[in-house]
Amino acid sequence: MSGSAYVDGIALWSPRLAGWQAAAPILRGEAPPHEPQPRPAPALLAPTERRRAPDTVAIALEVASAACAAADADPKSLPSVFACTHGDLAITDYMCRTLAGNPAEISPTKFHNSVHNAAVGYWTIGTGCMEPSTALSAFDYTFGQGLLEALSQVGADDKRVLFSAYDIEAVGAMRSVTTSRGLLGGALVLAPARGARSTAQLSWQVVRSGDTPAAEPMPAGVDEAVADNPIAASLPLFRALARGAGRASVALSPAQSLLLEVSACR
Amino acid sequence: MPAPIPPLRITAHTATSAAGRGRAALLDALCARRTGLSRNDFGAAPLDCFIGRVAGLEDAPLPAEFANWECRNNRLAWLGLQADGFIDAARAARAHYGADRVALVLGTSTSSIGASEEAYRTLDADGNYPEHLRRPIVHQPHSLGDFVAAALGLDGPSVTVATACSSSAKVFAQAERLIRNGLADAAVVGGVDTLCDSVLYGFNSLGLVSPEPCRPFDPERRGISIGEAAGFALLEQRGAPARGDAPWLLGYGESSDAHHMSSPHPEGLGARRALEDALARANLAGDAIDYVNLHGTASQKNDEVEALVVSTMFPTTTRASSTKGWTGHTLGAAGIVEAVVSLLAIEHGFMPGTLNARTLDAACGPQILLDNEQREVRRAASNSFGFGGNNCVLLFGAPGTA
Repeated sequence: MSGSAYVDGIALWSPRLAGWQAAAPILRGEAPPHEPQPRPAPALLAPTERRRAPDTVAIALEVASAACAAADADPKSLPSVFACTHGDLAITDYMCRTLAGNPAEISPTKFHNSVHNAAVGYWTIGTGCMEPSTALSAFDYTFGQGLLEALSQVGADDKRVLFSAYDIEAVGAMRSVTTSRGLLGGALVLAPARGARSTAQLSWQVVRSGDTPAAEPMPAGVDEAVADNPIAASLPLFRALARGAGRASVALSPAQSLLLEVSACR
Repeated sequence: MPAPIPPLRITAHTATSAAGRGRAALLDALCARRTGLSRNDFGAAPLDCFIGRVAGLEDAPLPAEFANWECRNNRLAWLGLQADGFIDAARAARAHYGADRVALVLGTSTSSIGASEEAYRTLDADGNYPEHLRRPIVHQPHSLGDFVAAALGLDGPSVTVATACSSSAKVFAQAERLIRNGLADAAVVGGVDTLCDSVLYGFNSLGLVSPEPCRPFDPERRGISIGEAAGFALLEQRGAPARGDAPWLLGYGESSDAHHMSSPHPEGLGARRALEDALARANLAGDAIDYVNLHGTASQKNDEVEALVVSTMFPTTTRASSTKGWTGHTLGAAGIVEAVVSLLAIEHGFMPGTLNARTLDAACGPQILLDNEQREVRRAASNSFGFGGNNCVLLFGAPGTA
């Protein structure tokens, strides 16, 4: 149960790690998290839709676009795996609140934006991509299971794959059961073979959870900036990518983890 | 075009819907042309429409050991696992391969959102969830996958696919990749969706809910009838110990419409692409397909576009129908329910027609069946299309076709 893929594009976005260029030195411990930046407004959407797009759509499209740009990949050509633990918690709050009070007033737009695959739907519409696309969730293991499916697609179909993972802040009564806070998204363009844009090789192995190295603490300030978001599970991998080499593990279930070895393409 | 895949054996499968608990009940309803749809009595102020409701869920709590996952959707999952001895087959696979070598890939659209809706109707004085609903696991989409993993004792890859109405078709594709890559030796796939206010009022807000039982492909169709269902299948490799004459998963195709969030591509380009990829993975041409179970929701647009795709992609000898008139549109569970209908067609040499439709829309070719037909089905296709323009086509074959 092992394999390898090449990383052609990397993207990360959170208000205090806004974009890979800013985030990489922060993850290496060379700079503290910067002042919070406003939510991105994805250029893919029509100007009228940018401002009112749900947070999940804004963040998922931001990192997906940035990863494709870094990979010099035409988004039309990439199958995509979008992973999100909770879906759009603000829309869930709206739906449940409205259904409890005035169900007949449900907004049709909010309803079709409430599907878990709304972000990847907007992505394929915005980029004109007719390749397969999927939307996954696996509670605490969402980042790991999403990455595993992206790696599985790379291996099965011998094609480059876009992987985007994101979660947003719980609002309203959802906060009584959901600890997700802040905005965090990460994306990778993964390739089966080394190409002109490949920056790292990612060797992976599924191991029993006990067989993973102890987690190394994050640089000062990083946990405070993003730790309460489920996609923080991605940070050890993004740190290894920022360093250009190293090991990281991502949990797949209570019993299994994905052990990842990053080595630079020189 | 994708390369052909090694077919997988389907060594157990089951579906529970308004049309009955388990395969025999579903087959009986299909043969007798008995609908599972009834007047909507769900919730406090039911909309005037018809639904496919599974009877008895209110009186079927989960066993105490699973109380943390208690909610309508997981009750239906549990009921569905008991049908056709599926839970025994899945546990036998776990014993044979190991708990971490049987992947679990399940589809749902709304999972247990009904529990969150209930919490919002009964918030405490501080605006928080009432104590008995403060169980985080049932207020997020993987509630379904997490519960079934616990119920079956599996600890390998476990994931919930939520691509609206294509969810529990896409699970076959994801599981096939996991097995081909050596990440699992076998997989439990399936899906569960239950009635909730979100989908009843949500689809109603889009003007898609029919005031009468849905009439797929009828020129006077007025929209969908929403249903609930659970279904599961066990996928194993060719070399697996044979459990009777198992049918095959021959291929699958996935695509995106790149057109609109809630309306299909007008020429069905995404649907065509998914079908072409499924045929390529099975190394077949359209004329090899005897029966197609259509998405056939009875919405104006879906049926118009799907009829066009069927009439241009299949020869006049292929037969096709929508079985939504029996079950309603079971959303994230539609893929698995209709996979089971397709497998029943193969196993029993029987093609269901299109229940509730009186005549066929002018867009329909000679492929689309109104009445049931007895005829050998060697290979069957099942179409599932979802919001976001998310498409999946599955191809199944009789024992001996692979």
